[in-house]
Amino acid sequence: MPPILSIERLNKTYASGLAALKNIDLEIRRGEIFALLGPNGAGKTTLISIVCGIVTPGTGRVRIDGHDIIEDYRAARAMVGLVPQELHTDMFETVWETVSFSRGLFGLAANPAHIEQVLRDLSLWDKRKAEVMTLSGGMKRRVLIAKALAHEPKVLFLDEPTAGVDVELRRDMWALVRKLRDTGVTIILTTHYIEEAEEMADRIGVIRRGELILVETKTELMKRLGKRQLALQLQEPLERIPEELAAWDLSLTDGGNILEYCFEAGQEHTEIPTLLRRLQDLGIEFKDLSTRQSSLEEIFVGLVSEREAAT
Amino acid sequence: MKQAAHFNRHSVLAIYWFEMSRFRRTLWQSLVTPVITTVLYFVVFGAAIGPRMGDIDGVSYGAFIVPGLIMLTVFTESLNNASFGIHMPKFTGTIYELLSAPVSAFEVVFAYVGAAATKSVLIGLIILATASLFTPIDIQYPMSMAIYLVLVAIAFSLAGFIIGIWARGFEELQFIPMLIVTPLTFLGGVFYSIDILPGLWRTLSLFNPIVYLVSGFRWSFHGSGDVSIGVSLAVLTGFLTACLAIVWWIFRTGYRLKS
Ligand SMILES: Nc1ncnc2c1ncn2[C@@H]1O[C@H](COP(=O)(O)OP(=O)(O)OP(=O)(O)O)[C@@H](O)[C@H]1O
Ligand SMILES: [Mg+2]
Repeated sequence: MPPILSIERLNKTYASGLAALKNIDLEIRRGEIFALLGPNGAGKTTLISIVCGIVTPGTGRVRIDGHDIIEDYRAARAMVGLVPQELHTDMFETVWETVSFSRGLFGLAANPAHIEQVLRDLSLWDKRKAEVMTLSGGMKRRVLIAKALAHEPKVLFLDEPTAGVDVELRRDMWALVRKLRDTGVTIILTTHYIEEAEEMADRIGVIRRGELILVETKTELMKRLGKRQLALQLQEPLERIPEELAAWDLSLTDGGNILEYCFEAGQEHTEIPTLLRRLQDLGIEFKDLSTRQSSLEEIFVGLVSEREAAT
Repeated sequence: MKQAAHFNRHSVLAIYWFEMSRFRRTLWQSLVTPVITTVLYFVVFGAAIGPRMGDIDGVSYGAFIVPGLIMLTVFTESLNNASFGIHMPKFTGTIYELLSAPVSAFEVVFAYVGAAATKSVLIGLIILATASLFTPIDIQYPMSMAIYLVLVAIAFSLAGFIIGIWARGFEELQFIPMLIVTPLTFLGGVFYSIDILPGLWRTLSLFNPIVYLVSGFRWSFHGSGDVSIGVSLAVLTGFLTACLAIVWWIFRTGYRLKS
């Protein structure tokens, strides 16, 4: 079976001359949740828009379940549902009408039972007769999701699904996304909330200035790039780190009051006791100690700024 | 393309009924406005001025202006409905859904233009019915009249579709209908036969394509027009073809639809 989505050497330069995507190669696995991370303007929406047929591709090739998005656009597009970043909704149509319209537009015969199920899953059933215009922002977002699910897509793109959405609704959406994945739908989402990727994604791609700089499973990524940190609150501030401690990756912060020790996640047990003993030998006393693990967010910021510095 | 032969019935019907329901929501305005306008034209031109005008080509003035009035409304309704229909999704952003749907350009145009043309044909018939309350109307070639009405509605809906995609805002949407089509229509023999114009003006009028369109429609009613029915049909077909070519080009290039 071909991958559910395959992107080969995709480039896009807008009419303004801006190179929004540079040589993107990406394969999405069947049934996974893939999170695309990247700062504002990185090219996430552009990438999704090309796959969905909203923006014309430059060079390169995109196939959905083996169907080329240009030559075989009908088969390709019929499989895809898109929830756009912006709240582009109808105004005077009712929720029921706009969601049923989407199903028809994607070439399927009416199926009120399916529409009802989708609306119930999204807690929109009570609002089915309301004009879309009269709904709150969060509700409109749900309507967009319902529209994208109306034609039972095999691949679902969620472009920042939880931007401007309260905590409760965000949890609902996460639950919904998991439920969809359990039914075999492949989900590709972009987000600025790292915790969302951390919570949901199987794999993560990081895009920066149109370049896909990393694609990895979430666990790999956290293991490889995740740092743990031990912070010691010292009794007396230190001027500098003593020679005797050169074997450890240490740094001083807060005017020498805090001694920080960074270590790779996964090998913590060997080094800390020796370090503490060594400190005692040197007569360095501390009043408090804490450890923390870097979040995906820090990994991400580190990754992006590292590259930033390199260019 | 391998799916070219396939026609996506559900998609086309979805768009068509979506557009028609917009019409239904505003049914009252959509129908009352043309009826009132027609009544006004008849009060002013038919009752007040008409008796002083005498017959034109052996037809009473009231009956003479009926085909022109229908054309005038069908032109503007088709342009407005079709341009608004496609401009709205561009304006609100909902066009993303249309662009991402498994529909061909042909199906999109078919549905939008079909809906807009349906509305204007209905309104045209309502004007005809209203007018018949004021003056006896005798249609000599009903088949020709019906075909003409439908073709004009389709041609101007296509033009409206193009305007709706081209326009960057609502001002531009109004621009062509208001500044070009309405003046050309008033000068295009709706209220008079261009034969009554002095030589130079008559010649100039022949450069106005609307003259040909109105003339052909009037011929269907009264059996006579400013130009022959053949020429008139040729102009209509030419206009229709030009619009189709532009629409084809728009979808091929994604002009003002995709970046
Ligand atoms: N239609 C367009 N014409 C010209 N440039 C565009 C267009 N759309 C996007 N861009 C530019 O392309 C770049 C990528 O934009 P894109 O919307 O894909 O970023 P993004 O990663 O989705 O950002 P965000 O997180 O803010 O949504 C940006 O520099 C943007 O200004
Ligand atoms: Mg974006």
